[in-house]
Amino acid sequence: MTLPLQHYLVLSGVLFAIGLAGILTRRNILFLLLSIELMFNAANLLFVAYARMWHDLGGQVIVLFIITVAAAEVTVGLAIAILMSRQLRTLNADEARSLKW
Amino acid sequence: MAETIGFYLVAAMALGAALMVVMSRHPVYSVLSLLVTMFCLAVLFMMMGAYVVAALQILLYAGAVLVLFLFVLMLLNLNQEHAGRSSRSWGWVGTLIAGLFAGQLAQLFLRPLSPLWTSSSSAPAGTVAELGRLLFTTYLLPFELTSFLMLAAIIGAVTLARGRR
Repeated sequence: MTLPLQHYLVLSGVLFAIGLAGILTRRNILFLLLSIELMFNAANLLFVAYARMWHDLGGQVIVLFIITVAAAEVTVGLAIAILMSRQLRTLNADEARSLKW
Repeated sequence: MAETIGFYLVAAMALGAALMVVMSRHPVYSVLSLLVTMFCLAVLFMMMGAYVVAALQILLYAGAVLVLFLFVLMLLNLNQEHAGRSSRSWGWVGTLIAGLFAGQLAQLFLRPLSPLWTSSSSAPAGTVAELGRLLFTTYLLPFELTSFLMLAAIIGAVTLARGRR
């Protein structure tokens, strides 16, 4: 008797929604990056669950690619955060508006 | 039965830690809560037979990405960051939108599914040999393309962090 697939799917959906709420409610760029990581993890859980459901290891390979992309994203994002605090003296994403009209 | 209890335990820990990530005041607590979430997800991957993914989750996410976060937090001046929350009047709108989104997702996921899942004995285990074979045959092109992505990320990070000359 194994656990139904829906358990994993709903957990993944709730984790994704928590990350979305973090992005929508926080304005510090570090919290935004952490929430994005949370959403990446929720997607990974979904991929692994479906890989097991369809008996296809391709889903797990995709997770390896997602981890790589997340590492690249967080590297550039943190470099931007350092640059922001150095040049704008703030980490509030709303105050970095020099590219907006 | 043991699997069900273990799942609910680990899932509750993951959800609690995820809420801590979003709601904690200080970024260091947020990073450490995300660490707990990632370990819980690694346990879930292990329960689903994705052994390589679980190991890489701990090695790359917990070991590399979050340590990078902690390093950057030490580089930055933490005193100025406490105003991380948006104004009160808009915070609940974001929470409402995320809640509606979660409801939609749950409704989508709770549909009855094909019974493929139940035959767990024939599900392939994500071992190093199996994943490596797939990675170097079917997924060879995306695997090679990630090297370009990593190169671009390295150059971008170095260029940004070095500053303007």
